[in-house]
Amino acid sequence: MEFEKIRDIIVEQLGVDPEEVTMESSFIDDLGADSLDIVELIMALEEEFDVEIPDEDAEKIKTVGDVVEYLKNLEK
Amino acid sequence: MDREIKTALVTGGGRGIGKAIALKLAEDGYNVVINYSKSSKDALETVEEAKKFGVESCALKCDISNYDEVEKMVNDIIDMFGNIDVVVNNAGITKDNLILRMSEDDWDNVIDVNLKGTFNVIKFVSKYMIKRRKGKIINISSIVGVIGNAGQSNYAASKAGIIGLTKSLAKELASRGITVNAIAPGFIETDMTEVLSETVKSSMLNSIPLKRAGKPQDIANVVSFLASSASDYITGQVINVDGGMVM
Repeated sequence: MEFEKIRDIIVEQLGVDPEEVTMESSFIDDLGADSLDIVELIMALEEEFDVEIPDEDAEKIKTVGDVVEYLKNLEK
Repeated sequence: MDREIKTALVTGGGRGIGKAIALKLAEDGYNVVINYSKSSKDALETVEEAKKFGVESCALKCDISNYDEVEKMVNDIIDMFGNIDVVVNNAGITKDNLILRMSEDDWDNVIDVNLKGTFNVIKFVSKYMIKRRKGKIINISSIVGVIGNAGQSNYAASKAGIIGLTKSLAKELASRGITVNAIAPGFIETDMTEVLSETVKSSMLNSIPLKRAGKPQDIANVVSFLASSASDYITGQVINVDGGMVM
């Protein structure tokens, strides 16, 4: 399942507990990420899923749900 | 001295100040990668001298002003050594002229190698340093970037640019345990300064309180300090190594 794979990457990049990562979690407000963490996370996702996420799209990603949604749309 | 063997990249490490830096880091126990753009002979000689300190060393040809070539060089170093702990952005060129006679190419080439080249290297190296939450980035600026110099507007602009780059990245990367500092050499005896006229040389010496030119070794000693854990609380600084020329 996609969510678990994404969650694992978030857990690894941000050093948070898996239980903290829900679809609603905001990277900055709930998971304590800073701007550089988000850039690193985006790069890790790009590597894992072999996609390219342009800056203008990356800027819109605020929550875990945004990532899941974004990657789902790419698959279509 | 830290026991783990670390890897350092020195751009323009085959000659002059870069060579002294590469050999000093080898003496300090770092595996040293010597980047060069033209003279493989100088670079290979430096590699052999570095190996005498019992460390690994190799020379990699790369025009640092070329973004793609730098990406490849950095990936090659990671493949060979596993990581990069210290990067010294030393490679630089001059194309001096008064502004009225300075061509667009003179301007572009100097900015491309000195400033963009420094950006290119940091761009690709920082990715690995960020992942490992540590790293030392040392940029070789110039005293000319601090005080300016008639006939060197391109060079001075590139070296002043390096100072802005250094301070910005020190702020950007501090939270990841990476320090970024610059060294601003004054008048150092190298091939680059040898071409200056006697009049220019003597007027420079007169403006130096210590009344002598510096040696590449003087710069290498400061690099050694900035690369070591002794300087862990120093970031975003420009250290003038100039015999007191600028205070």
